[in-house]
Amino acid sequence: MKKGKSTGARSLVRALEKMGVEVIFGYPGGANLPIYGALQGSSIKHILARHEQGAAHMADGYARVTGKVGVCLATSGPGATNLVTGIATAYMDSSPILAITGQVPSTMIGNDAFQEVDITGITIPITKHNYLIQSADEISPVVEEAFYLADSGRKGPVLIDIPKDILSSEFLVSNEKEYVLEGYNPTIKGHPGQIKKAAALIKDSKNPVIIAGGGIFHSDAFEMLLHFVEKSGIPLVHSLMGKSSIDSNHLLNYGLYGYHGKVAANTAIVKADLIIAIGTRFGDRSTGPLATYARDAKIIHIDIDPAEISKNVSVFVPIVGNARDILPKLTDLVSLKEIPDWIDLLNKTVVEHPLRKGGKEISVPGALEVLKQVIPDAIIVTDVGRHQMFAALYSDVKAGRTFLTSGGLGTMGFGLPAAVGAKVGSQSLNKDRPVVLISGDGGFTMTCQEIITAVEEKLPLILVVLNDSSLGMIAQLQDEFYDGSFDISNLGDFVKFDKLAISMGAVGHRTETLEEFEKAVRDAQSSGKTCVIDCIIKEEAHVYPMVTGADLLDLVE
Amino acid sequence: MKHTISILCDNKAGVMTRISGLFSRRGFNIESLTVGTTEMDDKSRFTIVVQGDDSVLEQIRKQLQKLVHVIKVWDIKNESIIEREHSLIKIQVTPEKRSEILQIITAAEARILDSTGDYWTLEVTGSTAAVSSAISLLSEYNIIESIRTGRIALERGVGKS
Repeated sequence: MKKGKSTGARSLVRALEKMGVEVIFGYPGGANLPIYGALQGSSIKHILARHEQGAAHMADGYARVTGKVGVCLATSGPGATNLVTGIATAYMDSSPILAITGQVPSTMIGNDAFQEVDITGITIPITKHNYLIQSADEISPVVEEAFYLADSGRKGPVLIDIPKDILSSEFLVSNEKEYVLEGYNPTIKGHPGQIKKAAALIKDSKNPVIIAGGGIFHSDAFEMLLHFVEKSGIPLVHSLMGKSSIDSNHLLNYGLYGYHGKVAANTAIVKADLIIAIGTRFGDRSTGPLATYARDAKIIHIDIDPAEISKNVSVFVPIVGNARDILPKLTDLVSLKEIPDWIDLLNKTVVEHPLRKGGKEISVPGALEVLKQVIPDAIIVTDVGRHQMFAALYSDVKAGRTFLTSGGLGTMGFGLPAAVGAKVGSQSLNKDRPVVLISGDGGFTMTCQEIITAVEEKLPLILVVLNDSSLGMIAQLQDEFYDGSFDISNLGDFVKFDKLAISMGAVGHRTETLEEFEKAVRDAQSSGKTCVIDCIIKEEAHVYPMVTGADLLDLVE
Repeated sequence: MKHTISILCDNKAGVMTRISGLFSRRGFNIESLTVGTTEMDDKSRFTIVVQGDDSVLEQIRKQLQKLVHVIKVWDIKNESIIEREHSLIKIQVTPEKRSEILQIITAAEARILDSTGDYWTLEVTGSTAAVSSAISLLSEYNIIESIRTGRIALERGVGKS
């Protein structure tokens, strides 16, 4: 290559290095091979997923644990479409990932070429923004722009689609453009007048409650939230995405609220006269029926996305901006609230409405209790379904990026690859933590091939399959709302997950008692290897509380 | 309620798809959509007329504002709107109807752009209502084909919208 010249692919890899990318999760194919050529000799490590969906969830898990943009790479056509579920998952949970796809040569676009698909068209509704690259000299500025977009404001996925001929073509580096984003100026600092109004409302409130959402997570506002809670003395509930916004056993944390919320948490919402919602979007799994939602409460809504204000519930005082920036200012203006009656009411509700416990035989709550005791400092990753709600209700986590779950999209199959990405991310941080996957047999089967990736990367992972041979949440919904109709939730016991794990090079355990399970968890913890524990659930039960009626207190316990 | 939404955005490929997608997925049928260049080389302006629930449209406006290539969005109030629409109408003009049609042309301030035999092509420019009433008057006769541009609009006053 002549001096001062580069190729599209080299320019891409150089730009990624410049943005601090350490790892890419990807899968090769015809159209992205030039990128693999350019990765030769790069400081960026490539991790080969066994399915592009896995690569996208890995990038997502990595992003959630590190707070950095996770990068995934796929080829054109089916490679690109396989990313779609992963991109949509990241979009719904505002997780910053960059998806790079190879595209057929620009001269063939629109001609139904082999492995051609309009991936920018397909991903418009599930990305914050996307790009179809037109010339090699725009790759570098587009990568910079894409990183900025993914990681600023309300975070989210961005996709860059690059035709193969542009990846291979030479261009003069001096011709590279700079990026300009005139129409994108996220609001970061909260309006001081609004913050004052909020403080005044807090001062006058009698039954205030804080809702912590995923925004605390994405803005790393854990400490700021803790100060706010402790200085104000206001009780807190959280959405699914906000589970790790504060220590699970903090005295003022009343836990998950919503469809499967704890009775005390739902009581706090129903009886509140003031809600201080932080980084949460009042999703339908949280609010329940909107007509009856928090009828007596005024709502203060702190959110970085102006489009979330009054989208689902009408907001009295909106504060648009970053929770990390707003919370300290609000904390300055509040003083400790004397609300003993309110706190007593909630504490009494906690005592009167405990969660159901498991029995002597192994149950999901029983297994989760073992995990809690043996690995108290874990990053917990869940899949989607009944076990996910159990995990949200029964597991304890420390404040921080410690509870990873597919909240908005509810993607079965998310857990295992996200755990792989989470572990890779955790290892890159100063403080590596154990990563525990809590999965069900249904979701685990969907992406189980990623055990191979974990083994190849020698990742110490504790992968727990809570195996009840069924789609638990489906069974629960059918029992509750469909008269237990058409039997579609029974998965049978065909798969021996321990043997599946062993066949893929991992350590496999099969446990049928709590003692065996505890031993397997301890073995897995000390082995430093990728371990799958096929935990056979003997005492199958649905997850409660579950809202079945017209408001958040109309529930089955 | 009927809304006239004005969007200033980067003049880039794909912007139209991103904008129209936000309407279509909520089941809104766009009544008219015009797009054209502006006083700035690299910008275009959309004028979209759409009927729908106010709160849902407010949500769409916020979502439009979030699109990276969208600079600004206005939902122009009817009282402060300056709007124009353009239409072309091809009509059969028989000798016995000729003077009646000419009267309508004068009243509607229309112009004859082409006359080929018994067929005239007329141009009408005005507010949406004015164009509608001209077409309504002419529909008494044999309209062969017609087309309307859809509304373009700016806000009144000295401010730059």
